[in-house]
Amino acid sequence: MSATIPTTPNARFDDDDAAYSKVTFWTRLRRHRLAVAGFVVLAVMVLAAILAKQLAPFDPNFIDNVHWQGTPLPPCFENAALCGGHLLGTDEVGRDLLSRLLFGARISLEVGIFTVFIEVLIGTTLGALAGYYGGWVDWALMRITDVFLSIPLLPLLLVLTAIVASSSSKSALNFGVIVLIIGALSWPAVARLVRASFLTLREREFAEAARAVGNGDLRIIFRHLLPNAVAPIVVQATLDVANVIVLESTLSFLGFGIQPPTASWGNMLANAQANLQIAWWAAVFPGLCILVTVLSINYIGDGLRDALDPNMK
Amino acid sequence: MFTYVVRRTLQAIPLLLLISIILFVILNNAPGGPLAPYLQNPHITPADIERLKHNLGLDKPIWYRYGVWLWTILHGDFGYSTSNSEPVMQALLQRLPATLELMITSFVFSVIVGISAGIFSAVRPYSFSDYFITTFAFFGQSMPVFWFALMLQLAFAVNGIPLPGGYEIKLPSAGLSSSDHFVLGDRIEHLILPVIVLSLLSLALYSRFMRSSLLEVRMADYMRTAAAKGLDARTILFKHGLKNALIPVVTILALSLPGVLGGAIVTETIFAWPGAGRMFYNALQQSDIALMMAYLLILAVFVVFSNLLADVLYAWLDPRVKYD
Repeated sequence: MSATIPTTPNARFDDDDAAYSKVTFWTRLRRHRLAVAGFVVLAVMVLAAILAKQLAPFDPNFIDNVHWQGTPLPPCFENAALCGGHLLGTDEVGRDLLSRLLFGARISLEVGIFTVFIEVLIGTTLGALAGYYGGWVDWALMRITDVFLSIPLLPLLLVLTAIVASSSSKSALNFGVIVLIIGALSWPAVARLVRASFLTLREREFAEAARAVGNGDLRIIFRHLLPNAVAPIVVQATLDVANVIVLESTLSFLGFGIQPPTASWGNMLANAQANLQIAWWAAVFPGLCILVTVLSINYIGDGLRDALDPNMK
Repeated sequence: MFTYVVRRTLQAIPLLLLISIILFVILNNAPGGPLAPYLQNPHITPADIERLKHNLGLDKPIWYRYGVWLWTILHGDFGYSTSNSEPVMQALLQRLPATLELMITSFVFSVIVGISAGIFSAVRPYSFSDYFITTFAFFGQSMPVFWFALMLQLAFAVNGIPLPGGYEIKLPSAGLSSSDHFVLGDRIEHLILPVIVLSLLSLALYSRFMRSSLLEVRMADYMRTAAAKGLDARTILFKHGLKNALIPVVTILALSLPGVLGGAIVTETIFAWPGAGRMFYNALQQSDIALMMAYLLILAVFVVFSNLLADVLYAWLDPRVKYD
């Protein structure tokens, strides 16, 4: 490790700072090359999910009784004679892996988007109320936020889904239930963020002006203050879509998320560990899809953060 | 300082009470509630359920039940674990050593590697090695931990990594040890993969934090003063820079501790590690509410005290922070 320290601040910083004040949001975003790459990859994923029905070579739940003989069929690039037309092979019961991946993309992306929608809705409302009114409203809401921030999310989700599952059966854990449970528990970070913005925004002159001309509280909150607090919410929401996708896949992997036969990237991996010796493809591809999607979204979030507010870093 | 610590500890008590109330209400009002495991049993009639409800006091109002429950917990009684057929406390204490072995090793590992990587990154920002380390950290934070574990098992346990000369690296991927006797080498071999998996997230977090903290400190006035005094670069960086850059990192270390405990659920389950996390997973599958509740509560206590520790450490390390 060399210990030479440049005594002048790094030249790159200066360039960036000067440029940031001139260029627009889109130019800044375009300059973040990894974010652009993230957008491209994510766009491909979203398209694949939308067109899953058209692109999938098989029905995702179709069991290939003709070729499948009790062991997972290998991908065609590994053994063209044995693969039976399944490009990426099959899982342990003979269902086409590629088709399940395509339909799994729907689940993962939908869970991510809908959950974050709920999370932002709750978080923004509570954060805005706390930050705008202050006083005991703020105090009470922030104590509730503290509570939910003090209970680690994954174990709490597991307990709730386990209770729902044991009350009837695991099939009670459908898409809507998973989205609701994750969304209802992951809002505290957004609430804190919005509250912090509102605490400073409500003291600004335009807020005072809006009050002076006789606007009601709700109108001030939603029409005047909220638009100014959007930037950090967008960044947090983007990064949370990635977090939620990982959470859902972890839950599904552990058996407390989306239930088979509905394909999700997480539950496709649930049986992969037992078959690791004989079917590497069943373990590699679903995880690769999760990683690539989550990476793209995180890079987009990173790019948005730089583009929306260079000081936010 | 002493009064500060006492005051912060006292402030943690109402928060913990609130956590316990909310957890109690959620778990008792979830569909099925505490009797969920019995509802699906065809041999148990509705009359049996009513009798169970009465015997367990479940027909009493919820505030009364909470009071009773809190009272027993304050006496160290977390109830009876149906999945282990023993008291919850006994079951937890029995699994704790294995979990601690995994947690402490992985904490030490991620602190040493993560902080060194962060320093290495910040010494020459925007160099190749910096990009390499930051990209690696970004991947680490985006990686689904359970899949990372599967891939390590595939590479090191199923296939083995071939080395020149006909050797290959092969590591065990399940359990604490292969034999009943204590063999140090065997124990270490079993630790390697779970520790890497459990460390991944914190490793990424620490290196990113260390890097940005050190980069920020390097812009500080006192660093320029040190350079102006004619101190050599190494002294400036490690004596003046690092000491100050480590202050926020230490608080992150404290704050991230509970995450390691939560991550242990996934890691222990995949590597068949006989610890508390795996026991929690088994409890989930058998609807063992008493154990789930105890585990969540202990995690929450752990989080609250890590936050406390972080604040106290920060106040203690940074003389600019006033604790009054």
